[in-house]
Amino acid sequence: MPTSMQLTHPDISSEMIPKIDAVIAAHQKTSGAAIPVLRLCQDIVGYLPVELIDYISAGLNLPRSEVFGVVTFYSLFSLTPRGRHTIKACLGTACYVKGIREIMNRISSEYHLKEGETSEDRRFTLEAVRCLGACGLAPVVVVDQDTHGGVTPSQVKPLLEQYV
Amino acid sequence: MKKTRLQLMLCGGSGCQATGSQLFHDALEKELKRIRLDREIKIIETGCNGFCAVGPVMLVQPEGIFYQKLSPEDVPELVEEHFLKGRPVKRLQYVEPASKETIPNMNDIPFFAHQKFRVMRNKGMIDPEIIDEYIARDGYFGAAKALTQISPEQIIAEMKASGLRGRGGAGFPTGLKWEFAAKSAGDIKYVLCNADEGDPGAFMDRSILEADPHAVLEGMIIAARAINANKGYIYCRTEYPLALHRLDIAIRQAREYGLLGQNILESGFDFDIEVYQGAGAFVCGEETALMRSIEGKRGMPRPRPPFPANKGLWEKPTVLNNVETLANIPQIILNGGEWFAGIGTETSKGTKVFALTGAVNNIGLVEVPMGVTLRKMIFDIGGGIPKKRKFKAVQLGGPSGGCIPEQCLDTPIDYEEIAKVGAIMGSGGVIVMDEKTCMVDMARFFLDFIQDESCGKCTPCREGTRRLLEIIERICQGNGVFEDIETLERLSVVIKNSSLCGLGQTAPNPVLSTLRYFKDEYIAHIVDKECPAKRCTALLKFKIDSDKCKKCGLCYKACPASAIIWQKKEVAEINREKCIECMSCFEACPFDAIE
Ligand SMILES: Cc1cc2nc3c(=O)[nH]c(=O)nc-3n(C[C@H](O)[C@H](O)[C@H](O)COP(=O)(O)O)c2cc1C
Ligand code: SF4
Ligand code: SF4
Ligand code: SF4
Ligand code: FES
Ligand code: FES
Repeated sequence: MPTSMQLTHPDISSEMIPKIDAVIAAHQKTSGAAIPVLRLCQDIVGYLPVELIDYISAGLNLPRSEVFGVVTFYSLFSLTPRGRHTIKACLGTACYVKGIREIMNRISSEYHLKEGETSEDRRFTLEAVRCLGACGLAPVVVVDQDTHGGVTPSQVKPLLEQYV
Repeated sequence: MKKTRLQLMLCGGSGCQATGSQLFHDALEKELKRIRLDREIKIIETGCNGFCAVGPVMLVQPEGIFYQKLSPEDVPELVEEHFLKGRPVKRLQYVEPASKETIPNMNDIPFFAHQKFRVMRNKGMIDPEIIDEYIARDGYFGAAKALTQISPEQIIAEMKASGLRGRGGAGFPTGLKWEFAAKSAGDIKYVLCNADEGDPGAFMDRSILEADPHAVLEGMIIAARAINANKGYIYCRTEYPLALHRLDIAIRQAREYGLLGQNILESGFDFDIEVYQGAGAFVCGEETALMRSIEGKRGMPRPRPPFPANKGLWEKPTVLNNVETLANIPQIILNGGEWFAGIGTETSKGTKVFALTGAVNNIGLVEVPMGVTLRKMIFDIGGGIPKKRKFKAVQLGGPSGGCIPEQCLDTPIDYEEIAKVGAIMGSGGVIVMDEKTCMVDMARFFLDFIQDESCGKCTPCREGTRRLLEIIERICQGNGVFEDIETLERLSVVIKNSSLCGLGQTAPNPVLSTLRYFKDEYIAHIVDKECPAKRCTALLKFKIDSDKCKKCGLCYKACPASAIIWQKKEVAEINREKCIECMSCFEACPFDAIE
């Protein structure tokens, strides 16, 4: 147990806690560990509740303000719960020139979802990302781990309906 | 590696994985097993071949036959016809868009034929997850020479003779950078690799890491020897899971072979590498911000001097090089600096890898000798502009770069020549734009990016770019005034001259270069309240020109809001009440009838 602090939060299950502890323990002695620890803990929980950030600060023996500063600086970290599926629409230059804006418009109008938002039923989170390195397939939409290239507006609905 | 009758070099890069190379792989493997050809014919999963847009792609060796857009359904025919009967399958081969001719051999396809592979010499040729295959192509021979035959001073001398300049954007001479760090006092030094690849629209570094990760490790070992560093980090963006995976494998194998770790190749020299994942901040590609980020802090740039060669990571002397820069190094050491400098121009030596994308027929990665013209790259290698549209501009250097118009297409690829026409070499993103691209909207796009990614530390960048964006947005909305052009120009100069880091210093470039060549488009937006490329929605009428409409109904089929009224043999019409301004019909209409 890295600290005497108790970690309780509705989104953090009892199975997650030992995993979180293991991540913190493995990084306790390395300098510059905040970013990898936050990333790994976010992978476990799905996002970073404030209680978890406090727990990590205590575990790594870092000032709370510093860890919060890191969380808010990097776009990878999310302080709010996310949908079951994450839609990443690429807003890189190649995808922009190839019409990602029309795709975004279509996603927004079909699912009443704006950039950066999670749908009320927590089905989808829509994120804009800057280049996924798959520019050859532009415009690119990534849903969870699946990359979809050459997407057209009319493909949006059939594509997203696969994710329930 | 025992030679089999045929080697099937199937691309397993992230582009081809997205288009289904894994499914094809499984089906092919099963079929070869079933008919017991699996001993004669070997499937080798390679990294990115560069031509991702027609993926999944496969090269049949030693014949050199190139297949594209493969799917599991093609497997029986491919195996039966080609691998058993020796009759390559024509319908899966590349068709030249202009002549409609089928080209079976990879080396005859213009996209590949005009390239020169140095950095990418192993792409598609080896399995990047097997170190022996890299070694079989002279891999780690450069490191062996650097560690056991020549002195650190000689390494630096070769690097200086090569004329290699940093491929990450700034173009600083690599040999000189190493010399500064080598002379800097201290027992602890670091070698870092910049694999943050922030330019949105570029994927050279991703492909190099996926296809040939050992070349980057070898470059780092040589750099470490030159400056006497014992520890290295690769800062790789988290958006590249496959590159991260292959780096992990490569590092593990290099350690097993004694090429990383203690006493490398019995030379008495120690060096090891760790991978550090970024967390999604463009500014962390900047050298001082990158080092802050590895230290676990907010990745904000700091003023230089002190330069990283004296005070870098954890205040120790540090060398940072880009992925492509590092991948060039083993061959320079092996073949000599003079060999490297044998191609290129007076001030720009060797080759450069570009990610050619946008409105161009052949999309992909291309490696060309320095000095080749932009026209050759776009029209000979890229095959020109699709859909019979007209070329408008090419954007080089991403958010720090500029747009180059038709009249400057004969500019050779050379750091200085490209700067003269108002762009920068940058890291290698090349985005081709046709007449349907609005240049004011592009300037808005890049400013929006910069505004999002500015770290906020200094006012000119934080506030200045926000002001620029506000003005451009106003112009796109149709509310621009004539004085805006002057304000944009004046403000740009202030931001350039007073920002702390490269992000702010180059942020106005997309505005300045579009103003330089496409001022008439700005004026059309401001004075005529028109967007000539029909991209800025606020300036569109959402009306169909009945003279231009050919009654084809494609717009009707494309509209998601049932806002288009159309019947066979009748001119289409838009119901403005239902229209959600999604622009789908503009893209769908082949006759440019919607305005
Ligand atoms: C805002 C900003 C972003 C940058 N992003 C990258 C990047 O993604 N990759 C890269 O190699 N260099 C990037 N650079 C350039 C680096 O600061 C640095 O010059 C380079 O990595 C040095 O390596 P080189 O000499 O081999 O090019 C960036 C610079 C700035 C100012
Ligand atoms: S120029 Fe921009 S990105 Fe660079 S330090 Fe200043 S605010 Fe940050
Ligand atoms: S802009 Fe979109 S909603 Fe409006 S008519 Fe065209 S396709 Fe339909
Ligand atoms: S797509 Fe164009 S030409 Fe065809 S019906 Fe619509 S407006 Fe007319
Ligand atoms: S610009 Fe979208 S993947 Fe690169
Ligand atoms: S990923 Fe296969 S060619 Fe690029």
